[in-house]
Amino acid sequence: MKHSEYLIAKPSKGSAGQTGLWRSFRPVYHVERCIRCLLCCFYCPEDVIEVHYHRFILFHYEYCKGCGICASICPEDAIEMVEEEE
Amino acid sequence: MVAGGDVSMKIDELPRRSSLLPGNPSCQGCPHAIGLKALSVLENPVLIIPAGCTTIIAGIHPKAAFNVPVLHVPFASAAAVASGLAASYRKEGVEASIVVWMGDGAADIGFATLSGAAVRNEDIIVVVSDNEAYMNTGIQSSSTTSWKARTTTSPGGKSEEKKDLAAIMLMHRIPYAATASVGYLPDFINKLKRASEIDGFRFIHLHSPCPPGWRFDSSKTVEIARLAVKTGAWILWEYSGRFRITSPSKPYKDGSKRVPLEEYIKTQGRFKGLSEEDVEEIKSKIEEQWKFLLAFEEIFR
Amino acid sequence: MRTLLTGNYAVAEAVKLSRARVIAAYPITPQTTIVEKLAEMVEKKEIDAEFIRVESEHSALAAVYGSAVAGLRSFTATSSHGLLYMYEMVWWVANARVPLVMAVVTRTIGPPWNIHTDHTDLLTMRDSGWIISMAENVQEAFDLTVQGFRISEEAGLPFTVGMDAFQLSHTAEVVDLPSQQDVDAWLPERRQPYRIEPEDPVTVGCIGPNEYTAKLRCNMAREMEKAKELVNRVDEEFGKSFGRRYGGLVEEYRLEDADYAVVMTGAWSGDAKDAIDMLRKEKLRVGMLRLRYFRPFPQKELRKLLEEKEVLVVDRDFSMGHMGILGIEVSSAIGDITNVIAGIGGVDVGVDDFKMMFRKFADKKLRKIEWWPEEMFL
Ligand SMILES: Cc1ncc(C[n+]2csc(CCOP(=O)(O)OP(=O)(O)O)c2C)c(N)n1
Ligand code: SF4
Ligand code: SF4
Ligand code: SF4
Ligand SMILES: [Mg+2]
Repeated sequence: MKHSEYLIAKPSKGSAGQTGLWRSFRPVYHVERCIRCLLCCFYCPEDVIEVHYHRFILFHYEYCKGCGICASICPEDAIEMVEEEE
Repeated sequence: MVAGGDVSMKIDELPRRSSLLPGNPSCQGCPHAIGLKALSVLENPVLIIPAGCTTIIAGIHPKAAFNVPVLHVPFASAAAVASGLAASYRKEGVEASIVVWMGDGAADIGFATLSGAAVRNEDIIVVVSDNEAYMNTGIQSSSTTSWKARTTTSPGGKSEEKKDLAAIMLMHRIPYAATASVGYLPDFINKLKRASEIDGFRFIHLHSPCPPGWRFDSSKTVEIARLAVKTGAWILWEYSGRFRITSPSKPYKDGSKRVPLEEYIKTQGRFKGLSEEDVEEIKSKIEEQWKFLLAFEEIFR
Repeated sequence: MRTLLTGNYAVAEAVKLSRARVIAAYPITPQTTIVEKLAEMVEKKEIDAEFIRVESEHSALAAVYGSAVAGLRSFTATSSHGLLYMYEMVWWVANARVPLVMAVVTRTIGPPWNIHTDHTDLLTMRDSGWIISMAENVQEAFDLTVQGFRISEEAGLPFTVGMDAFQLSHTAEVVDLPSQQDVDAWLPERRQPYRIEPEDPVTVGCIGPNEYTAKLRCNMAREMEKAKELVNRVDEEFGKSFGRRYGGLVEEYRLEDADYAVVMTGAWSGDAKDAIDMLRKEKLRVGMLRLRYFRPFPQKELRKLLEEKEVLVVDRDFSMGHMGILGIEVSSAIGDITNVIAGIGGVDVGVDDFKMMFRKFADKKLRKIEWWPEEMFL
């Protein structure tokens, strides 16, 4: 390996591994309550909430850390934090 | 429209993807991770990152967490490295938005460096993401830690004032200075956009509540950031030729509109055990700060 | 063109002729006139460079780190307290494998405040991964600066040119300044291990498994080792183009047939050579091995050239609790030596001193570690 390769890292998801495993609570979507304001998506620190068809949303659980910000910011309680089972 | 306090934005104006990739090492509910999302409104960003939590957040070799160029640099050096980079790009005609993303600690140790770069009016954007302590080394007090906040080096509560870094930077007569908050991303994004249209030294002081450092639940980062604004404890303003209190903070010019400070303080373990007198004193400090900034609004009309 | 220049101005001319594009530095005596000169050249547009008026030495090296990592030939200069102040960056730049050139005008370290030469400041860099050279005269300071850019860029390691306060920095000597055309022809386009560019989303220097640090250091060590050959080759090629060769890592002066070999470095080597000439007339066979480079360190040359000679190492620095720094270094290569510590804090050491010193050495009248002159330290 060239020495510069020891210094240079390339963009990659999951630089800390599969951070979804950090979760104790999982965000669960209640689509029927969603008003599609996208606040959840906007403030998710992990950027794992995707804007889907017609501005409904989709969680990418592989990296979602379960911080709960999306649920706490949702104006319609359309996201519920549910305890992960072992 | 996405509402963020009083500022709203068309959804299409929002940055679609963060330049910080998922699965990075930031803690749950990390304010830096939220703030960094806003940088994707910048064209050709090059990030300079001194020591701090973001050093870790930026990924673990060989996997970088950013999908923009990042240069890690020593704690006190960021604004100077950025100056050199800017000089090279200027000489070579390379278009880039050079952004220094640093913590309040880096702004402490690198204060002379920051000041020097501001005086030279270097063509860079500096964002100080202020979580009011040295988090990466385990929550030690910084110049911007709030009065009475408990940290590992102020276990009984910090005895000194919080330094008003943004006002000090403004006094360097730079073309752009502002405060912002991770609780009001549209406001922060607007400020970044405006800053990006200006040449020279641009400074943004970003308020970044940190769950482990301030001892609150990871779901509350945005909420607490907003409470800081709603109680008037953190004031959003912008200077670009003229000085103005910006939208999310505007209603709170009128002290009677503010949410009681206790609502903000009680959410955080770092303020546990504050006496009533202490809370009153903080309120009067906040009042002083408002007077000061409203006077600025008069002066820099 | 032959012209009269001080060491500092000669270095500034070399930086100009090497077409450095970014210069950042902070004033400190005796380095100051290098950057004053360069600032003037930039302002008069005699050189197509940016001059960054930084607020400290830490920022000076930080700024040229930034400009060099972005791809441009960059230069800074400092002395003494300035070097110590930028110490964190000294290591960072080396570990980051960024080619650039820095002049260190050697000056002692306070207290007491003292602006005169010794070599302690420069030698604090020795473990950091910089290629470290030291000039004997103004011409050599010029030549090393030009060569420094080439060596640094080829090795992917930063390069420092050392020269003594005042004796070189502020003393005018006649130097042969090559033309821009000749330097252009000799100095290749800048190359470097990597660059930071807006369109290339790489992250430089992030945390990682410990073995990356270990591998990087090992790689640096090997590159440093290879730089020995590089230094010698560049010296030779420079000689072909400009007619001056110095011998690469070391210079030999009347060494081959010498019974007594003096090892030293820097401006005072000139006076010591005069002393050697005089002693030779008195039939004392003394010679000199002048260290032109501390890093990479010329073990092989020392072993070969000092074989079966009595060796005296003259240091202008001291490692507290041990001996002179060159003394330590040379004994690591060849074993037993005698070590004189002289000229600390700029104390004058002239031809007569050297004559007496070498004579005493031959007469076995020096201690293993001798502070010179003895009567000063009674
Ligand atoms: C010269 C130097 N001193 C101390 C440190 C140790 N250190 C690393 S990060 C840090 C604190 C960072 O605090 P801040 O800038 O507020 O960033 P945060 O971690 O809070 O995001 C310290 C003290 C260092 N890296 N370099
Ligand atoms: S915040 Fe709530 S209502 Fe808004 S888009 Fe997300 S889930 Fe839907
Ligand atoms: S729990 Fe946190 S990381 Fe997961 S989707 Fe919600 S905001 Fe994003
Ligand atoms: S300690 Fe705070 S600022 Fe640092 S990574 Fe964790 S949440 Fe983010
Ligand atoms: Mg901090």
